[in-house]
Amino acid sequence: MSILKKSSTVRFLAQTIFLLLCSAMTVWASGPKDPSPHGTNIFAPASTPAKSIADLSVLVLVITGIIFVVVFVLLVYSVVKFRGRAKDAGREPAQVYGSTQIELAWTIIPILIVVVLFLATARVIHAIQDAPEPAGAVQVTVIGHQYWWEFRYPKLGIVTANELHIPVSDPGHPTPTFLQLLSADTDHSFWVPELAGKTDLIPNHPNRMWMDPQRTGIFLGQCAQYCGTQHAKMLLRVSVDGPQDFAVWVRAQQGPAVEDAGAIAGRRVFESNACMNCHAVAGTAADGRFGPDLTHLMSRVTIAAGAAKNTHDNLRLWIQDPSAIKPGSLMPAMKLSDTDLDAVVSYMETLR
Amino acid sequence: MSSNAITLPGTQIQARPWVDELHQWLTTVDHKRLGILYILSALLFLAIGGVEALIIRIQLMHSHNNFVSPEVFNRMFTMHGTTMIFFVAMPVLFGFANYLVPLMIGARDMAFPRLNAFSFWLSFLGGLLLYFSFLGGSGLYGAGSAPDVGWWSYAPLGARAFSPGHSSDYWTLAVLVSGFGSIGTAINIIATILCLRCPGMKLNRMPLLVWMNLVMAGMVLFAVTPLSAAQIMLLIDRYLGGHFFDTQAGGSAVLWMHFFWIFGHPEVYILIIPCFAFMSEIIPVFSRKPIFGYPVMVAATVCIAFVSMSVWAHHMFTIGMNSYANSFFTLTTMAVGVPTGIKIFNWIGTMWGGRIQFKTPMLFSIGFLFQFLIAGLTGIMIAASPFDWQLSLSYFVVAHFHYVIVGGILFALFAAFYYWYPKMTGRMLSERLGKWHFWLFLIGFHLTFDVMHIPGILGMPRRIYTYEPGRGWDTLNLIITIGAFIQALAILVFLANLVISYFKGDRAGNDPWDAWTLEWSISSPPPAYNFATVPTVASRRPLWDLKHPEDPDSRYE
Ligand code: HEC
Ligand SMILES: [Cu+2]
Ligand SMILES: [Cu+2]
Repeated sequence: MSILKKSSTVRFLAQTIFLLLCSAMTVWASGPKDPSPHGTNIFAPASTPAKSIADLSVLVLVITGIIFVVVFVLLVYSVVKFRGRAKDAGREPAQVYGSTQIELAWTIIPILIVVVLFLATARVIHAIQDAPEPAGAVQVTVIGHQYWWEFRYPKLGIVTANELHIPVSDPGHPTPTFLQLLSADTDHSFWVPELAGKTDLIPNHPNRMWMDPQRTGIFLGQCAQYCGTQHAKMLLRVSVDGPQDFAVWVRAQQGPAVEDAGAIAGRRVFESNACMNCHAVAGTAADGRFGPDLTHLMSRVTIAAGAAKNTHDNLRLWIQDPSAIKPGSLMPAMKLSDTDLDAVVSYMETLR
Repeated sequence: MSSNAITLPGTQIQARPWVDELHQWLTTVDHKRLGILYILSALLFLAIGGVEALIIRIQLMHSHNNFVSPEVFNRMFTMHGTTMIFFVAMPVLFGFANYLVPLMIGARDMAFPRLNAFSFWLSFLGGLLLYFSFLGGSGLYGAGSAPDVGWWSYAPLGARAFSPGHSSDYWTLAVLVSGFGSIGTAINIIATILCLRCPGMKLNRMPLLVWMNLVMAGMVLFAVTPLSAAQIMLLIDRYLGGHFFDTQAGGSAVLWMHFFWIFGHPEVYILIIPCFAFMSEIIPVFSRKPIFGYPVMVAATVCIAFVSMSVWAHHMFTIGMNSYANSFFTLTTMAVGVPTGIKIFNWIGTMWGGRIQFKTPMLFSIGFLFQFLIAGLTGIMIAASPFDWQLSLSYFVVAHFHYVIVGGILFALFAAFYYWYPKMTGRMLSERLGKWHFWLFLIGFHLTFDVMHIPGILGMPRRIYTYEPGRGWDTLNLIITIGAFIQALAILVFLANLVISYFKGDRAGNDPWDAWTLEWSISSPPPAYNFATVPTVASRRPLWDLKHPEDPDSRYE
């Protein structure tokens, strides 16, 4: 890791060269911002893979930055110094055809630079991709669907959607999360910039990635591989919980759906319409897998893969006409009567 | 230098009726006319693709914008990418190659004039097919009109299950048909260069433009063939029940990626090498010095061609290849930087010690050098695969490849337009409009594409028709959009310049730039037969030898 260690010393310098420029723009560009979730800046890593990528990136930025300055100076110098002047009009300059020494120099130096960059890169590739999975790791199977994410925790027996909960990882007792990436339809890509680089979800081609977030909070991201009409609204929310919070969340998710006698009318609407063919509610007859599992719908902050906040009005609007929120989404408008609609929404709101 | 054109008595033709003239153009097999047809069709598609880009930019101007629906937006970026690569960049470069290669090697036409015409019309037909999708794409299903699967149409999105109707078929056929055209042209260029050089023009005396087009044509044969194969396989999937890429029946999405990028990466070099060729002709003339390190330039080009055949999977760093594959493609990709760097140094070496004249072609060439340098360096960044795990599929990559294609290829093309327009039309392009064009375009370009790197670093993926507020992307996108409109304005100045100068431009004469290659020894525009007597050359700069008999190049080579 020597190159990378050293790079962390030049890190400060590098961030003044390049990042200052970017971040200055960003800060100025972003204005007042929702303070709760973390941003999506690749240079604000909160987990080991993202951090080793950021360190490597700084090294690459410094080296390419130096190359840029050198060549740029040469270019500007030659343009300014050798500009044609009126006084030598009509006279041709000395005709020079080349020089073997110079050619050798500007062949060998770049080769050396490439070797250095390659070795530094190969280290990071190996460190991230070939990291062994420790015994205490949390396993999640991520299944990409057209415009939403399915998360299954095989060891914990949890199925949920769009909002991933994972435990914070203390470097002393690492509890990293390993994701197995699958796709139910087209290609997608899982990208939460502050936690890890992206990896695609490809049908018939299982992939794997991992992260060990060292800070709690909400981390945002979204699908990065074009997957169809609503690729733009296939957002991701990762909630990194403290050990206690995570345990509480797991226990809540493991239970079946809350039975609420008050919502029996809505439940009947749900089960007598096609809703139950597409959605699952654990403990009831509904076991569809085409759409998100709704067992604990109300534990989620957003609906429709982050397209809207999970509020009463949004839920109602969504069930009435999904395309009002997410045109092109694969949930059809169910054309329920107003009473049925209200009933089913109240049923949804009991699914805590 | 006197014109070699011969005027035979009685060949002076009266002004023909325009139908006649049109008929002549449509049935021509003359390499110069076909070259111009290629260029004109590319300009037409450039305007269309440009409008699509502006629609994209208006939609992304701020978060949650509703200028167009997601469906329309997805069609726009698919059509924009496909149009710009297959129906602008390739045709315009083939056009210049067609026009210039025979003139520069002292030939009277291409080796296969009819194949040449056939190839052009195939490529043009491909473009028409693509745009016919707006009318015919819905098929019986009413599912979309123009294709909306992205210019790389990743499997299984292009499969029937996800792309019903005919929009994807038009995309496939357009790419397939124009691809056959490209292969025909490539064969033609290779045959012409190998067989039709004038006496004395040994391989190592060919102008670099000719060398580089030879390499480009070779790459077309290697790169476009797998693409065509993949399109045929896709058609088999879509119509004959094949399962090559049909993942729901066990097909492979990754196979399509390999096919596509084994075309797609060399394609970048197919486009940029002819631009290197323009630079290698224009920079020497306006620096008043021969190209620095001719043999090294040739070797570097051939080297790029070979290495760039083994880098394709750097477009696939995020698909979960194992660490060895990722390392290998990181290494090969970084390695292409070496011969590419050598070229930049050689161009600077050419300017070094020269007397640089800042005519419009040279301004665009200097712009090219500067931007291509940056494009190369951001290329190194995304070649480092872990860095690419963050940047791939983000706006950083979009900025990077537009730096190559607009900042590099388009700037070089503008230089070529200003440089060879006098030869093609007999008139000079206006220098005054040219400078307006250059500065406006430069400002617009940097506003758009410098800024575009930042949203990528801040996590903005490409191909999204809208985005959430509060991510810090809003202002940046607004600036990018403003820059796009400034570029559009510059393009209008350019088009106006092309038209106005055609009628009102200064007479060019045979050799307005005091240049050194054979095309400048004959009249502008050249007669149909090019050379009345086939020239004989003794060095790489035949006109230098003629102009400086006391100190000819032939003495040093
Ligand atoms: C054809 C299958 C289908 C039917 C029928 C269907 N849905 Fe959906 N539903 C989906 C899909 C797919 C999504 C995810 C859409 C997205 O995010 O793009 C979804 C999303 C939802 C969501 C948001 C879940 C979340 O966490 O984001 C709710 C709530 C919902 N559906 C309720 C209903 C109700 C109530 C009915 C019956 C009136 C119903 N759905 C009928 C497919 C269906
Ligand atoms: Cu997507
Ligand atoms: Cu590439």
